[in-house]
Amino acid sequence: MTTPAVELVDIVKRFGAITALQPMSLTLPEGSFVTLLGPSGCGKTTTLRMVAGLLDPSAGEIRIKGKRVNETPIHKRNLGLVFQNYALFPHKTVYDNVAFGLRYRDIERSQIKKLVNEALDLVQLPSLGDRYPKQLSGGQQQRIALARAIVIKPDVLLLDEPLSALDANLREDMRVELKRIQHQLGITTLFVTHDQSEALAMSDTIVVMSAGNVEQVGAPEEVYNTPSSEFVARFLGASNIIESRTLSVDGEHAMVEARDFGNVPVPIERVRNAITGRESKLVIRAEFLTLNKTDKTPADGVLSVNGQVETVDYQGQAVRYFVRVGDRQLQAINMIDGHPFAEGETVSIHVRPRDCALLPGAIT
Amino acid sequence: MASTVEARETRQPWILLSPALTAIVLLLIIPLAFIVVYSFWLRTAAGSEQVGFYLDNWKEALTDSFYRDILLSTLRIALITTIACALLGYPCAYFIARSKSGNKTLLLLMLILPFWISYIIRTMSWINILGVSGALNTLLVNSGLLAEPLQLLYNEPSVILGLVHFLLPFMVLNVYVSLEGIDESLESAARSLGCTSWQSFLEVTLPLSLPGLAAGGLLCFVLAAGTYITPLVLGGARDAMFANLVYEAIIVQLNWPLGSALSLMLLFVLGLVVTVYNRFVGMGQIAKSFGQE
Ligand SMILES: Nc1ncnc2c1ncn2[C@@H]1O[C@H](COP(=O)(O)OP(=O)(O)OP(=O)(O)O)[C@@H](O)[C@H]1O
Ligand SMILES: [Mg+2]
Repeated sequence: MTTPAVELVDIVKRFGAITALQPMSLTLPEGSFVTLLGPSGCGKTTTLRMVAGLLDPSAGEIRIKGKRVNETPIHKRNLGLVFQNYALFPHKTVYDNVAFGLRYRDIERSQIKKLVNEALDLVQLPSLGDRYPKQLSGGQQQRIALARAIVIKPDVLLLDEPLSALDANLREDMRVELKRIQHQLGITTLFVTHDQSEALAMSDTIVVMSAGNVEQVGAPEEVYNTPSSEFVARFLGASNIIESRTLSVDGEHAMVEARDFGNVPVPIERVRNAITGRESKLVIRAEFLTLNKTDKTPADGVLSVNGQVETVDYQGQAVRYFVRVGDRQLQAINMIDGHPFAEGETVSIHVRPRDCALLPGAIT
Repeated sequence: MASTVEARETRQPWILLSPALTAIVLLLIIPLAFIVVYSFWLRTAAGSEQVGFYLDNWKEALTDSFYRDILLSTLRIALITTIACALLGYPCAYFIARSKSGNKTLLLLMLILPFWISYIIRTMSWINILGVSGALNTLLVNSGLLAEPLQLLYNEPSVILGLVHFLLPFMVLNVYVSLEGIDESLESAARSLGCTSWQSFLEVTLPLSLPGLAAGGLLCFVLAAGTYITPLVLGGARDAMFANLVYEAIIVQLNWPLGSALSLMLLFVLGLVVTVYNRFVGMGQIAKSFGQE
């Protein structure tokens, strides 16, 4: 087994009386793209800054390439750091910005020139070397910041919300671009974001955090399909969470009795800690609730419940509906085919049991 | 419709500026015009002023080596003061800028506090410290380190000391403002690329704070070169600065025409310094220190 690029072992960060990060352990395999995802203030930046050496952990150990680095100052850690606000040196040209890290390594002048040009090519801005950062667009600045971080061939690339200052279209382009560069260089990357779609699109592994705790670590589809907690279910995409009671558990299903929906056989691989007779929570993603005309009979095994459309929210190719079922509102996100339903219309809501997930405990 | 909006927009700045402009015209431009006119009058031996267009004052001011030497030594003292303020003020400003925000307010307040006491009183306080029977000499003599008190006052160093004391806050505030404007992540970025903290200071923080240093320097220089109180209080007979000559001519000798010519000469030289500064650095940074962008 190869040594992981980065290991965090029970690291804790306290600021005075506040504990910003509870004991956290995490492993970044060589070449992986790991994302810290969570709402504002959950400790993402704190974690990243500890890896970078900008903050000292209050407890625990950080290892890079198997070596403890707690006592290694930032300038000896060989890391690439990209900030949300780019942090380009305003008094230096693009070329000098990118060459900066190389000048602090024993590299010949001619070699520096070659490496800088390679890096500028890689971010597809080969001809901007003479400009100053102020003369670049936000997207270009972001690419230069990336070039500056990767040109030194860092052991780990650390990115703190690098895309959040860009507008929506540019953000999606840069997302693809960043992933391409990361893949091409095979560089281990720790990425911080609060944007779930960014995390889902780019990561090999997502670490969902909340209030200084790690809620779940897993591949994007795993975190998305089988959330480990109500928090994760709600944070990644729109989810409906429905009270239920577990009736029985066998090798294939957990049979639950859910409010309004009746008996639902949830596939066992999407069930966490089901205990017969206990309360549980049925998680249904908004995309998996489909609205139908009331006269349409559900296909075999598909559950259905009637409801009334309260709000219709167009989102381009999709529509988001808020539907009243009994005393509660459900969310459904459906592709538009033909006519969307109108507000006030009574509809039949269908869901396939295999699209449901199950969490233990009562709704909080 | 559009044209009236436009007309209003071009008018508006002038309306807003007019109180300040009125004050500047009444209190600065008009008196200055009087001074210009005065400088061409002549003071007769009898002590009366002769109205007219005489170049005698200007000839005296520009050709007499006495005035030239004092002008040069004034500029030298101002330069030494400015450099001393820069060397002392920069670390101080850096320390304040890097303090926690609570302490920052306190430190800035302490910096501004001395302004509540008259400049003259602050200058005179040095007599109690450095005078022959002042605190320092008393301490040194009583502790047996010295047999005789030292003559610490009424020389050029004591004038420079007084000027530095007076001007240091101007330097500190200017440098502080420019340091505050530097994004903290720039230094982190430099550090991550391989700089020690001292190298990142030299590469990033120092160059980016130079405009503040230059602005503070200009203020210190101009204020030092134009002062007459400090040399009057803390200087000896040979430590007169150029403004003292103006004071002497106008207040003591009542020779307004000569005093006017001399003061215009100083104004011109300092104006030249400001112009050169503006050419190479720009006035924007000074405006920033007074809270404008
Ligand atoms: N220097 C500090 N002193 C005291 N508390 C701090 C400090 N830095 C961060 N914190 C606290 O630690 C917690 C985590 O902060 P952190 O910056 O890691 O959040 P984040 O997940 O990056 O949030 P965001 O998405 O808003 O950037 C917050 O509650 C914050 O208030
Ligand atoms: Mg953050």
